[in-house]
Amino acid sequence: MSLEKYKDRNIGNQNYKLIGHEAFPQTNGEKFERVMKRMVKGELFVGLWVTVRTMFEALFKGQMHTTKYPFEKLPISPRYRAIHEMLRLLESGHYRCIGCGLCEQICISDCIRMDTRYDENQRKEVSEYTINFGRCIFCGYCAEVCPELAIVHGPRYETSSEQRASFSLFEDMLTPIDALKHQKEYPGFGAVSPNADENIKKTPLAY
Amino acid sequence: MSSNEITVKIDGKECKSVEGEYILNVARANDIFIPAICYLTRCSPTLACRICLVEADGKRVYACNAKVKDGMEVTVTNEEILQERRAIMEVYDVNHPLQCGVCDQSGECELQNYTLELAVDSQSYAIPDTIRQNKNWSDVLHYDAGLCIVCERCVTVCKDMIGDSAIKTGPRGGEALPKDLKDTMPKDAYAMWNKLQKSIIVPSNGTDFTDCSDCGECTAVCPVGALVSRDFVYKSNAWELKRIPATCAHCSSGCQIYYETKHTSISDPTEKIYRVTNEWNYVSLCGAGRFGYDFENRVQGKDEEAFALAIKAFETAQSIKFNSAITNEEAFMLQRLKEKLGVKLINHDAKAFKDFLTSYAKASGKGLYGGDLKEVMKSDFVISVGASLRNDNPNARYAFNHVQKMNKGAGLYFHPVGDTLVSTFGKSVEIFTHQVGQEELALYLILDLFADKERLDDEIKEYLASFHRHEKRIIKEKIMEEVSQSVTDKETGETKEVIKKVPKTIEKEIEVEVNGLVEMLGGNDAFYENFEKMKSKKESFSLIIGEDLYYHPHLHNLSRLVALIEEVCGMTLVMIPPRTNSLGVAMICDLDEEESGYVIGYNEHGHFRLGSRGFSKLDIPALNQQEGTFTNINKRVVPTNAALDYHGYELNDILNALGIGMRQTIDFTPQLGRIEGFKSQNFDDLPNGYTNAGEELRGYALEVVEVNKEEIKVVKFNESIVINEGEIAYRCNPQRQFNDFTDRSSQINEEFGAYVSPNKAKELGEEIEVIFEQGQSFKLKVIVDDRMQGDIIAIPDYKSYQNVYGVFGRDRYKKVTIKKV
Repeated sequence: MSLEKYKDRNIGNQNYKLIGHEAFPQTNGEKFERVMKRMVKGELFVGLWVTVRTMFEALFKGQMHTTKYPFEKLPISPRYRAIHEMLRLLESGHYRCIGCGLCEQICISDCIRMDTRYDENQRKEVSEYTINFGRCIFCGYCAEVCPELAIVHGPRYETSSEQRASFSLFEDMLTPIDALKHQKEYPGFGAVSPNADENIKKTPLAY
Repeated sequence: MSSNEITVKIDGKECKSVEGEYILNVARANDIFIPAICYLTRCSPTLACRICLVEADGKRVYACNAKVKDGMEVTVTNEEILQERRAIMEVYDVNHPLQCGVCDQSGECELQNYTLELAVDSQSYAIPDTIRQNKNWSDVLHYDAGLCIVCERCVTVCKDMIGDSAIKTGPRGGEALPKDLKDTMPKDAYAMWNKLQKSIIVPSNGTDFTDCSDCGECTAVCPVGALVSRDFVYKSNAWELKRIPATCAHCSSGCQIYYETKHTSISDPTEKIYRVTNEWNYVSLCGAGRFGYDFENRVQGKDEEAFALAIKAFETAQSIKFNSAITNEEAFMLQRLKEKLGVKLINHDAKAFKDFLTSYAKASGKGLYGGDLKEVMKSDFVISVGASLRNDNPNARYAFNHVQKMNKGAGLYFHPVGDTLVSTFGKSVEIFTHQVGQEELALYLILDLFADKERLDDEIKEYLASFHRHEKRIIKEKIMEEVSQSVTDKETGETKEVIKKVPKTIEKEIEVEVNGLVEMLGGNDAFYENFEKMKSKKESFSLIIGEDLYYHPHLHNLSRLVALIEEVCGMTLVMIPPRTNSLGVAMICDLDEEESGYVIGYNEHGHFRLGSRGFSKLDIPALNQQEGTFTNINKRVVPTNAALDYHGYELNDILNALGIGMRQTIDFTPQLGRIEGFKSQNFDDLPNGYTNAGEELRGYALEVVEVNKEEIKVVKFNESIVINEGEIAYRCNPQRQFNDFTDRSSQINEEFGAYVSPNKAKELGEEIEVIFEQGQSFKLKVIVDDRMQGDIIAIPDYKSYQNVYGVFGRDRYKKVTIKKV
């Protein structure tokens, strides 16, 4: 390939083209004339029309689009990681947490602690559970590691408080038993993937 | 055991070993991994899991029970073996609950590890499950049969190490395996499953509860979460616990343990010990070591007022009384106080032991006894004299049992208190329940039985011969007599003469040699015959002696006899120090006989008490809150660490106030080197662990110093000290109780009372008053010890404030009067 085209650095010979425009106003009279011409063009109202129409609809037709936060809140993505919730089993109402301690272990800001004990029914009982929200960084590892989907992230994102350390106990996070029918299965961070069934090998049963 | 060095190749790596060693142990010692579940290093191979399958010289063998031969080539893994192992792990996973999240093994699970290691990611077998109930076997043992994989490690350790044999495999009631599997499944996996499907672990006495010493070793060896101590069930995950290597503070064994600590609860961030674990392949704990851990002394802070009083007390004190549940460093500090302040040091247990040791040293020319418990474990004939084996030192008992179970050994047990457990250790165990005071006779009998007669003095030879006599005895003998009978054949009608052999008992008079010593010691008639069998093919002999000899009116003669036995019988000798650090205290401190004047009690009675039990005037840390070293029965100086923090004053602070302290207590550790036998090593340089080959890397071994040997003759036995009538009290702790620390531990609930045999209990009723000759008396509850025999009453000494040591003085047996209350 010849490089001559690139070696020609004489740009003065290129063909520029001037766009024609009106002559600049010279006298004060001409200047005033141009200002007036531009000002009273009807096109201004073509643009404003959308605003005016929406204003009209909002004020008189009840089609207001503003969310009145904090009285109203927008729905939030299920993958958003806000204040934790503890879920219950839908069938029995018993809390899902088995006290395995994985969330406590994986927590990188070390803000989860739990006490467990051997209860009268020979089960592992979670006697107390706490999260220090002053320290929690809402990374979502606890929800991801939870084998029972017991601890999940809820939609409550207002985390400001009067104290730096704000603890939450088990009871505070647990779905109230009377609200159990409203408890939704958690689709967010750490939930089972929709095609999970395809990825597992089934264990044979002899019954 | 022959010590021929041989070389084997495992997976191409040349390994040196000795003949008779198992392939698995050789591999482990050389950092080669062979999977194995059911094998325990010091126990007999169980062959339950079959996963240690390897190929040795082209043949499939189990690494845990195949011995190495010179030039052997071992392949750990090939495709076939891997298939077999995978099938075994799949079978173990059949019906195993998948709730690993709540299991107390919390990831320290061998089932989980090997399942992952062998990449088992699918299950090809299935069988209907059987209902298996959770059971509490005792105050401390919890068995979750649902999790059990029946590897039988618990059964093996209980039999081969502990000697209780309290558990066994029982019927599971599971369904039989599908027939077609036999042909389609890998062979070993099928055999293992067949056995697994039939068994489960049950207490061996047929009830729902184990009758054992509650040592909890079964919970330690369990590879899954099936056996857990009741206190720990669902308390904590293993990964949350901080492991602190330490040394058990309770008896003179000084076992290596780990204190495992964590915060108490959400609302209480103070550290708490949750459990004690051990390197169960190399050391076995007793119930006190495993469950007696919460004896710490919690103090709020430094009590300056009490400290000032303490300083004043030390300035005016004339004696310091203490016991041997202290570290070497504390003993050294007390010795320093003696040098500086001129106080007397009073320590009952160490004084008696020291007197015995000194006397022994003069007779033997050695500062310390020659053997340790590890050597005892390797011997094949073990003798115990003067030790209540079950109570004085659990590890001595484990060694005694181990010799019987593993080395096909034999044993003699001399003790005035009958014991039904020791005789169950093996068939070749002979029990001598002799009278109190006859310990010398026992040693003479040992001389008679084992000594190389050439090396004995004529005087002793004559003395021993004087016990022998010949007697005519009528014995019954069974012989086979030939009798001719006429028999008619039914089919042919012919009559035949048939000669038949019929057993017949005849009486025969023979002359037998009778050993008067055996008779006097209460041995049974058949002993002499049995003894020949017991002694045949035995190569190494060991002798364990205990506290009875140190607290004996003739302790000097006994110590000389012991030295003589060690010399002329070629025996491994071990002396059981009476308490945790009696050996250390005896070596470090210059002890005095009698207390006088103003007495400071250091963990003991006194006018001014320093102690870790809470009711003292000045608190000092308990042994799980202290750094320092102990000198244990194996003549090792072993380090222990502080598991919990302590905010009050300690002995070093007092020394500092008096101007003779160091910056820290452990700064005294290198100073121990000034004492003969000890080394100048910094505390932080002392290791505390075991290698894969089972080598003990803990602290350092004491040097046995040579001393001037004096020619002292042993004297003949004098009957005057024998106590053979009236009620006898014996100073002896129940199992799992050793000192104030075990007393304070919440899981050790053996009470303070009079321990008696079941028969004696019937006679005594519920409560008695034991009155001593000098007038002291104890009101005690009668507690039955199933394993005791005879009429002697055991009175515990573990509560220092009861001053039982003081009452017994320089005796371990006392004549007493008993009143029923």
